Amino acid sequence: MGVIETSGLTKQYPRVTALDHLDVTVGEGVTGLVGANGAGKSTLIKILLGLVPATSGSATVLGHDVATDGGRIRALVGYMPEHDCLPADVSASDLVVHMGQMSGLPYAAARERASDVLRHVGLAEERYRPIGGYSTGMKQRAKLAQALVHDPRLVLLDEPTNGLDPSSRDDMLALVRRIGREFGIAVLVTSHLLGELERVSDHVVVLDGGRLLRSSATTDFLHATGSLLIEVQGRPDADRLLGQALVDAGLVARPADGNLIEVEVRDETTPDVVRDLTVDLGLGLVRMQERHHRIEDVFREGGAGSVQPV
Amino acid sequence: MSSPSETTDTGTDAGEARTGVIHDLGYRPYGGPRLGEGPVAWSFFTTGLRNTYGLGRSARSKVLPMILLGLMLLPALILVGVLVQAKNILDLDEQIVAYSTYPLTTQLLISVFVASQAPALISRDLRFRTITLYLARPMRRSVYVLVRLASLTVATFVLIGAPLLLMYLGGLLADLPPGRETGRFLGAIVGAALLAACLAGLAALVAALTIRRGLAVTAVIVVLLVSYTVVSTIQGIAVGAEQEVVGEVAGLFSPYTLVNGLQVFLFDSPDATPTPPSSDAMGVLYVVATLLTVLGSIGGLMLRYRKVSP
Ligand SMILES: Nc1ncnc2c1ncn2[C@@H]1O[C@H](COP(=O)(O)OP(=O)(O)O)[C@@H](O)[C@H]1O
Ligand SMILES: [Mg+2]
Repeated sequence: MGVIETSGLTKQYPRVTALDHLDVTVGEGVTGLVGANGAGKSTLIKILLGLVPATSGSATVLGHDVATDGGRIRALVGYMPEHDCLPADVSASDLVVHMGQMSGLPYAAARERASDVLRHVGLAEERYRPIGGYSTGMKQRAKLAQALVHDPRLVLLDEPTNGLDPSSRDDMLALVRRIGREFGIAVLVTSHLLGELERVSDHVVVLDGGRLLRSSATTDFLHATGSLLIEVQGRPDADRLLGQALVDAGLVARPADGNLIEVEVRDETTPDVVRDLTVDLGLGLVRMQERHHRIEDVFREGGAGSVQPV
Repeated sequence: MSSPSETTDTGTDAGEARTGVIHDLGYRPYGGPRLGEGPVAWSFFTTGLRNTYGLGRSARSKVLPMILLGLMLLPALILVGVLVQAKNILDLDEQIVAYSTYPLTTQLLISVFVASQAPALISRDLRFRTITLYLARPMRRSVYVLVRLASLTVATFVLIGAPLLLMYLGGLLADLPPGRETGRFLGAIVGAALLAACLAGLAALVAALTIRRGLAVTAVIVVLLVSYTVVSTIQGIAVGAEQEVVGEVAGLFSPYTLVNGLQVFLFDSPDATPTPPSSDAMGVLYVVATLLTVLGSIGGLMLRYRKVSP
């Protein structure tokens, strides 16, 4: 039984078909839901919460039917909307406590959970100040905290990186991954930025015009076409040294733009091999990330001409 | 996983530095009780009621409602003082101002209270779109609407009823006949509840349709004050022209004159308007109009919130 299962799910608005016979299964861990603006990501999330009725087809969340059991689902699920939803005149702390109570926590428990969760999302002293004065990054964290306060089984995060600068975006993505891996909460996270989510997701679902373009584990991506981009420092010729060592270890490696090394992923031990070799050579590993063009490739293969890789 | 020294991906560096030591406490799941729909709605109700008087909000939010409550109580306090001290000298055997007249005398204060607090309770969630966070929780949409309305109604009832209670206690202290006094007081309290329901219903409806705060305040003030001024002017003219029925019909169009007329008809309260309902048919019309005002504003609110998208 998947965390989320949809079958022939269709949402017809007067002018557009937002979702078109969608069949997807989402399991535990982090699932990225990717698609250009208007692809139907937010519509899918609202249907899953039982807030918007589907035109046809069916969906279950944690075993409950979205059409009949919305209340039960919303008790078990946390939702971070893509749009602004925070009142300017209360503090994040007060808001998250209140929202915890609205999810059924007794007051004392809500206070304790709010304090824990605000700490996890990285809102420190500022949690006691009115939200109106927050930066976008802080607001996104507060939105995330209210989605987590009742210890949900699943969180639906709609464009959590929207409007963030690159470093806050990385923080947010790291948080998303921790929620899935350390907190043990299943995550469905959306983005219109192609290639952003594959780093933190176990599984990626690609939507285009309300239709499922592709659904696959990110490890599939890695095995099929995957490569890692590596940046090392410590010596002027650090990249060439490591590249040679990787080739000697039997891996396929080549120089990439900006003194980076691109190494093809052979299996799940490849990152460890890279790390060990870097240490052996006395170099510092600045960065190791999966190459980011793969989801864009998916779009190209799928022939989704309208999609603009960002 | 949560060891702070392990920084396998570049994104977490900043986040971990910021959350510091606290990070390695790890995520604690919640295993405690979860409350059902009733207790959640009750907690939502009391929070809303408290917020209406600025409790649990900023110091600034307390100023206006507390001043208004003070101004409402002040005349009652003076009346009670006079009654207790000078009952024999002035040869008084009943309240100096009738219970049912008091809300008309203080209608400006009541209207300002409702006009300032309805937007705070109703428009605010719509303007900031905080309503999404409520809708994404188990509480049903209709319960949200009814509870918000209940908070505003009870807050208004407290404002109208508090001075009446003070006068009642003063009356007992001054040895007014307790049986008669209790009967009159209970009638007045029913009237206060109905007036609060009418005022809160109309103000909530206007506030839900006028999302911008300043506009909502103005709109409620205009609706309540203008209707009262126009109605009492017409009633004055009608008496002069000996066309009482015109005045009685006009009385249906302001909550203050409407509920006062109802009290005259049902509880035999002393007249506080120039043209209270004089026939049984007119009296029944007043009762029906009062119920229609309350039920109509609830219905209007339900329709309005059905259109609110999550
Ligand atoms: N309430 C609505 N009424 C009419 N059309 C809508 C509504 N909500 C979304 N749509 C349309 O449905 C499509 C999918 O929208 P959405 O789910 O918001 O996409 P995404 O979140 O992927 O950007 C878009 O074409 C959008 O204009
Ligand atoms: Mg969207």
